[in-house]
Amino acid sequence: MAETAHAASREHFGSTSRRDSWWLAPGLVAAGLLLLGGYATWAALQGTHFEFGRYLSPLYSPKIAAPWWPLSPALLILIPPLLFRSTCYYYRKAYYRAFFLDPVACAVGELNRGKYTGETGFPFVLQNLHRFAFYLAFLWLFFLWHDVWDAFWFDGRFGVGLGTLVILASTGTLTLYTFSCHSFRHLVGGKLDCFSCTAAARGRHGAWLGVSALNEHHMGFAWISLVSVCFADFYVRLLSMGVFHDVRLL
Amino acid sequence: MPEAVLHVYRGDASGGGLKEYRVPLEEGMVVLDAIHHIQGHQAPDLAVRWNCKAAKCGSCSAEVNGKPKLLCKTRMDALPPGQPVVVQPLKAFPIVKDLVTDVQWNYEVNKRIPPFTPKPNAEWRWKQEDVDRVQEFRKCIECFLCQDVCHVLRSHGRTDAFAGPRFLVRVAGLEMHPMDALNRTKFLKEDAGIGLCNITKCCTEVCPEDITITDNAIIPLKERVVDDHYDPVRMLVRLVTGKKKGE
Repeated sequence: MAETAHAASREHFGSTSRRDSWWLAPGLVAAGLLLLGGYATWAALQGTHFEFGRYLSPLYSPKIAAPWWPLSPALLILIPPLLFRSTCYYYRKAYYRAFFLDPVACAVGELNRGKYTGETGFPFVLQNLHRFAFYLAFLWLFFLWHDVWDAFWFDGRFGVGLGTLVILASTGTLTLYTFSCHSFRHLVGGKLDCFSCTAAARGRHGAWLGVSALNEHHMGFAWISLVSVCFADFYVRLLSMGVFHDVRLL
Repeated sequence: MPEAVLHVYRGDASGGGLKEYRVPLEEGMVVLDAIHHIQGHQAPDLAVRWNCKAAKCGSCSAEVNGKPKLLCKTRMDALPPGQPVVVQPLKAFPIVKDLVTDVQWNYEVNKRIPPFTPKPNAEWRWKQEDVDRVQEFRKCIECFLCQDVCHVLRSHGRTDAFAGPRFLVRVAGLEMHPMDALNRTKFLKEDAGIGLCNITKCCTEVCPEDITITDNAIIPLKERVVDDHYDPVRMLVRLVTGKKKGE
């Protein structure tokens, strides 16, 4: 690109003529991510109280046997979901704004940190591999739905407990979050230029429309799934610790 | 009659500041009406660029209370009552006078975009589902509010390396066009600097045509760049099969 005279005078952080509460949204996002991320980290470090009967915390799914690993298994198990969320197009917006303050809000002055390179330099260039994190997250859904199936069985008999619904909600919202992914939207049909040229392309157009409809709510799914996963772990943890008893609904 | 207080930027490239004006408020008034009242009654030398007054020409872009807006689409009664309305020129571009900025750089960028390149010997018929997607991008009125709010241009001044959201929208309209044969991912990566966009969606927030710039144009283009330049599996497949990028 040709360089041109640039009017943007050097600004200081937070300088703006905006009159609205521009700091509120990044503040809430930072608080939410710190709270939920903090809980998930704490829970992952415990290594105990992650199952009760056939209920399994989503933070510890799939159950793995790794005798060579001295720490909590969740620290291994959570690598794919963490990669998926940390490279997610929505979460990128969220943490670039809330934590990197780059920008903290639209039309608000930034910190002067030298030459800006965006997602072209290490480590942010790795965001381009989000689709591979999607593949892993997709694989993880099989384990999580297996846990849902397990949660419907009590002593060999079909049943529904409050925990069943909690785990179902967690996996359901995670599924919506995964299938509303921007990379998936591209892979399923967005990469095509012509939707009507072949029968396969016409089929992919239908899939692309469906994923596009989900994609509009990707941010909502990102938050709801994060809350529901943490809550499912919290619920199983309390059951396992004997704080209260599961309610059998059926 | 109630009055509105406006603080309007007056100045040029050598400097300037906000000057206070009082304007009688009328029902349905927009900020451009107030500016025209100032021009007509108090400051005939006040410079403002405008044309259609119908939010379709993209000429009257400025910043109202710190937010990039079309002056003709910003109603006075939608602004906080009892407070002065601050009207300033677009911050990302060099000021000419008062509310008028020099947006020439945008047209220079536009010239560098590889143009529409139809497939050879193609039948010029296509279906609605093929054009639905690119029609959204054709709504752009080139107001450059997205360019103004984009922090890559506004705060970091990377006009040397980044085309800005408006022109990524234009490239999206070409890249996704069913009759276009050209692959622009190399241009996007190396010349348009798409990697500089960190998808914070300010461009989408200010677009007066409600184009979903980030989700429907920039991110899909980023994914196409990944296809051709970052995806190691596709690189391997191209190596084995001899296919070219974009195929």
